[in-house]
Amino acid sequence: MTYRLEMKEMTKKYGEFLANDEVSIQLKKGEVLAIVGENGAGKTTLMRMLYGLEQPTSGEIKLNGKTVKFSGPLDAIENGIGMVHQHFMLFSDFSVTENIVIGHEPKRNGFFDRKEAAEKVKALSEQYKIHVNPLKKAGDCSIGEQQRIEILKVLYQGADIIILDEPTAVLTPIEVEELLKTIQFLAEQGKSIILITHKLPEVMKVSGQITVLRNGKVTGNVLKQNTDIEQLATLMVGRELQKLTDRNQLEGEPLLVIDNLNIGVKEAKPILDHLSLTVNRGEIVGIAGVSGNGQSELIQAISGLRKIDSGSIRLGETILNGKSVAYIRNAGLAHIPEDRYLWGAAKEASVEETGLMGYYRKKKFNQSSFIRLNGFRKLVRGWIERFEIKTTSLDEKSGNLSGGNLQKLIVARELGFETDFLIAAEPTRGVDIGAMEYIHEAIIAKRNNGDGILLVSSELTEILTLSDRIAVMYEGKIVDILDRNDATEERLSVLMAGGNENESSTKTTTTA
Amino acid sequence: MELLDLSFFTSAIRMISPILLAALGGALCARVGIFNVGLEGLILAGAFSAIVGNYYSGSVLVAVLVGALGSVLVSLLFGLAAIRLKANPIVAGIAINFLVLGLTTFGLRAIFDVKGAFYDKNMEGLPKLDIPVIEGIPVVGKLLSGHSPLVYIAFLAGILLYIFFYRTVTGFRVLAVGKNEAAARSLGLKVTVLQYGAIVACGILCGLAGAQLSLGQVTMFTEGMTAGRGFIALVAMMLGQSHPIGIVGSSLLFGLMDALSIRLQGFSMPTQFTAMLPYIITIIAMFFLKDRGADSQLSGQQSSR
Repeated sequence: MTYRLEMKEMTKKYGEFLANDEVSIQLKKGEVLAIVGENGAGKTTLMRMLYGLEQPTSGEIKLNGKTVKFSGPLDAIENGIGMVHQHFMLFSDFSVTENIVIGHEPKRNGFFDRKEAAEKVKALSEQYKIHVNPLKKAGDCSIGEQQRIEILKVLYQGADIIILDEPTAVLTPIEVEELLKTIQFLAEQGKSIILITHKLPEVMKVSGQITVLRNGKVTGNVLKQNTDIEQLATLMVGRELQKLTDRNQLEGEPLLVIDNLNIGVKEAKPILDHLSLTVNRGEIVGIAGVSGNGQSELIQAISGLRKIDSGSIRLGETILNGKSVAYIRNAGLAHIPEDRYLWGAAKEASVEETGLMGYYRKKKFNQSSFIRLNGFRKLVRGWIERFEIKTTSLDEKSGNLSGGNLQKLIVARELGFETDFLIAAEPTRGVDIGAMEYIHEAIIAKRNNGDGILLVSSELTEILTLSDRIAVMYEGKIVDILDRNDATEERLSVLMAGGNENESSTKTTTTA
Repeated sequence: MELLDLSFFTSAIRMISPILLAALGGALCARVGIFNVGLEGLILAGAFSAIVGNYYSGSVLVAVLVGALGSVLVSLLFGLAAIRLKANPIVAGIAINFLVLGLTTFGLRAIFDVKGAFYDKNMEGLPKLDIPVIEGIPVVGKLLSGHSPLVYIAFLAGILLYIFFYRTVTGFRVLAVGKNEAAARSLGLKVTVLQYGAIVACGILCGLAGAQLSLGQVTMFTEGMTAGRGFIALVAMMLGQSHPIGIVGSSLLFGLMDALSIRLQGFSMPTQFTAMLPYIITIIAMFFLKDRGADSQLSGQQSSR
């Protein structure tokens, strides 16, 4: 039989750089193809060529056996190819309906028929069991709902081949489950799905066929039943993954002590509600929770970015609450922030300047208010080498680094402060497996060194691998603290959804 | 003479039309993501071209058309810089303002061989339209009837633009381009075509505004006769949040102030003082604006989420 889509020996050169080197994929009707690979492996380039955003240097695209050429996204859309971008392409002021029908609006006498549009969206939403509220403003929708809008949009455009670019990166575990179900349902309805991701457990759950890319080349093309996560990881990274360094048992004295912390007491629902938590020396405490349950506010309160209503935060003997950020950092706190662009770096600043942030206060690099760059450059070069940060030079704009490389730079900077205490919030968000290994290794090393670490992550696997103890947050409270040996993904999921551990594990109410 | 009598409001309505027309043009540009600071220049180009058209053709209709055309040409130049060459629209707009100021001054000398102002008693101004039924109604008739056609066109344009934005498909897409250009492009919308379309329409509206200035009251052209009306239109556009009906409202406010400043001169207030009125209102309006205006999703810092 002919394939619905074939991409044959696709090559894309940017100057001398080979982004795609004779990459071929095939896709049948009703099939889910996963394309996996690290950041910069060429997944996005391949999809941009398929979606008409880039012209291939050489190669051929065949749809149902016929050779096609796309000069822009419009061509691709007309030929039944739809793409759900990683960064959503939504108009937040427009309604859900308007976002879905735009480009193919139902008309009556040349006027936009919004009534009919809403009905069409409703019918489509029921047909594919993808729930949205057609009249809500897109900006008021949750991230998961926004993604459903995007999927409905490509379905509305009549797509038979749907490309999902890193669709689970921004979702909560419950939303991920729902999305995977939707993907399976769409495949059953005869749609062909291309799933771009580097999260292997999800790949193993939904895809039939898996193509692995590394450095622009196909390193493997396997069927799900013939492979496992370890093999895929090896194909992706090009070497076997190392086992994390063993953790030595440490019995440390309390380092960070949070006592009865309250934020937002005057609001209908407090943001942090009588929260107490202790992090000992030589310990990683992980905070698990569906995002938006007060984790961000907790981090901001500890690091001095947000005012608290009552309670106390101590680091060793120093009282942190009510103090300035600089004071707190001086007292021995480093902070890998959860959003690298918002809190961690200035996009327009150079790599060197991003690295310098915070260090210019140190005596070593500050001579009567003049920055001593020489010693500092050596330090940054050391980080670049140790963490294998890919940058053309120290003068490159940080905004030009890929997300993973910028994250590594920030991690290196914060570890470089050599403080007793570290807040690591989403330390590996958007980072590929190789880099994740480095970062995890570095965090464990810091722990083994006798420092305390507070880890906040929306990745349960990350929490489970790294933490000594796991605190679960729900609606501003810590509902339970589990020891690493007692914690499983299932138990945590139930707690995160606000369920009581003693109740049956089937009760996972959607709170997102 | 009373301060606020009927003729005061009549003159206010007359004052509104250039501001309203230009502000609507500016709103079109803002809605496709281009902040057009060149309104002042565009109106001036329209005013001058209209006089040239009037002088050579002797027909008011041709004069208005030439006025619109002159403004469209300058507008396209702005579009070329802002869209094709990706220049900063603010810089390009300011350049347009100075360019037109110089060009019209030079044109006065080159074409009419005069300095400062050009007036010819043979030139015919815009006619006054008496609306049959309304004319007969006592107060309303005096207020609403007997204006130049461009005054009515200005209000009509506001209503049409509202219908265009919120009822038609093309208008919906125009709004989409301004809200999120990247998303609009990813959908395959013809962003560049829509942007040029808005630029041309803005040129026509500003050309009409200029024609109203030079042909509406006294049929003459003076150097820099727009006297900041383009900038007031810009503020009216922002105050109205690029919403056609909002702009009609804010333009009414500025028209009233314009009329008031002239009326106060009759009360032996110094001209210099009364002339400040529209600008004082502008500054007060700014307090209420703050960071509003046509919102676009452009911002310096991106989030990783």
